[in-house]
Amino acid sequence: MKTRLSIIVVEKDRERALLIVDGLRDAGDFDVMVVSEERGLAHRIATRNPDIVLIDAGNPSRDVLEELTLATAPTERPVMMFVDESDRARTMAAIEAGVSAYVVDGLRGDRIKPILDAAIARFHLLQKMRIELEQTRRALEERKLVDRAKGILMRARGIGEEEAYALLRKTAMDQGRKLGEVAQALVLASDLLI
Amino acid sequence: MTARLRLAYVPLVDAAPVLLARALGFAEEEGLALELVPCPSWALLRDALALGQVEAAQMLAPLPVALALGLGRSGARFEALYGLNQNGNVVGVSRDLADRMARAGHEFGFEDAVAAGSALLGAQDVLRIGVPLAFSMHLELLQYWLSALGARAGQLEIRTIPPQQMAEALAQGEIDAFCVGEPWGSVAVARGAGVLLLPTSAIWAGAPEKVLATRAGWAQAEPRLAGGVMRALWRAGRWLDAPENRMIAAEMLGSLGVEAELVERALSGRLILSQSGIGAGLGAPERAAAGFVRFHGGGANFPWRSQGAWIARQLAARYGLEPQGALAQGRAVFRADLYRQHLAALDADMPLLDGKDEGARAAPSALATARGSVILPKDCFFDGQIFSDAADLSPKV
Repeated sequence: MKTRLSIIVVEKDRERALLIVDGLRDAGDFDVMVVSEERGLAHRIATRNPDIVLIDAGNPSRDVLEELTLATAPTERPVMMFVDESDRARTMAAIEAGVSAYVVDGLRGDRIKPILDAAIARFHLLQKMRIELEQTRRALEERKLVDRAKGILMRARGIGEEEAYALLRKTAMDQGRKLGEVAQALVLASDLLI
Repeated sequence: MTARLRLAYVPLVDAAPVLLARALGFAEEEGLALELVPCPSWALLRDALALGQVEAAQMLAPLPVALALGLGRSGARFEALYGLNQNGNVVGVSRDLADRMARAGHEFGFEDAVAAGSALLGAQDVLRIGVPLAFSMHLELLQYWLSALGARAGQLEIRTIPPQQMAEALAQGEIDAFCVGEPWGSVAVARGAGVLLLPTSAIWAGAPEKVLATRAGWAQAEPRLAGGVMRALWRAGRWLDAPENRMIAAEMLGSLGVEAELVERALSGRLILSQSGIGAGLGAPERAAAGFVRFHGGGANFPWRSQGAWIARQLAARYGLEPQGALAQGRAVFRADLYRQHLAALDADMPLLDGKDEGARAAPSALATARGSVILPKDCFFDGQIFSDAADLSPKV
């Protein structure tokens, strides 16, 4: 009888954690736990003895997990290994998605793969979401700056909104700069001149 | 025509030569478009180099040796082409521990490794000490120092803590002490979390710290890139070594995200031990540590095979590996031959041998070179031990 594999996901952000856990639950019947507190991480993991640990590849706490991969006495904590063996395509997919997996020694490849695939898919999705969010945020900020810049020009030169916008665009084109940059420069200069 | 070279590093004061090689145009002069990739962990840096996402990396000196010995569960094999710096790390303790040590009579002189180590071992039954990585000079020097002073079995619990988390871990009582690279020791002091005890230069004055690492075989296959980056780093190290450049360097290292003053102090080896008095003492004590960190000259950049062997000896003893084989592998990781090949034009004087007696210099003294001799600064261990690698260390052609 196979016991359920136990997985720990190391993730501070609650939303991200939920997304990852959901993806894992869809992939099979696993015992999934989230560790959001990075203090005392090595101890937490050693105590719980999971089969797999998933963590963002860019998390500084990876070095803490690496410590667990060093050989310890046979009766002590499990030896955890980073999945980097013969399955190069999957390893590269994991790296591209930004997920690192630490797997207990001796776990069979066919048991790990569905978990890793689910993790890769979720992390990849999270990556896309992060990029989109950043783009949206930047677009919103630029929009706010352009609005402020328009307001400044309208007051300073007694012109209407469309004229102000056209002036900003022309300046940007003439200067070979982006609209957002010109708006930002104007807002900054205006703040200094008050 | 410039060639692209991606170099991974971890944001620390001793990443200075890497950052400056680019910022000061030394890489460009060598025909290199240097792309620097900051990494939040040594694991990510190791993987980036192993998998070809970067061509070179700043690396903790013991890491390539550990990997060559089959430790650490990564199949990666790296070579150390060049010594980026010696030392530059500090040992610190929690405020609580510092107060107890002060009450027991320790004077926090910052020079005397015997006094500091004895006071530390006498203050507590079990010492939980944070280091950045299990394969590091931080760990090696701690073990070497405290074992020599009689640390009892089980007295030292050394655990990995990311440098940025050291101050917090200390403040929360997760660890009692740490050994970490600047500026993180001084950051812990500035936050009121800890007190500095000793620079690692007081344990081994000539300890290698970070090396320039590349994938095994890469330097042979890409001599133009390998030589170019080594020469650019050498020039950056020489610039950094000039005292009049330290202030500018500190300003230019803004990407570290730490006040320029802390960086400047680390570069000049003038450190503030504590935010307020230690024990009953008043004021914020400042100490000068000569040779705190070395980026250039006096053999600081030469990848001494004897140092690779020393690291291998320590690792072999701790992990129960066959010593002679381990020493041979440690020696092989440090590519003194490539240094000779690519820096012949720049380095005034090459040593006659690829290794030296580590720790033999209690004071500056001469080393035989191709043109006669050069003065090497002191490189002694705190306990006066000398590591004399018995192997043939004549240069391989």
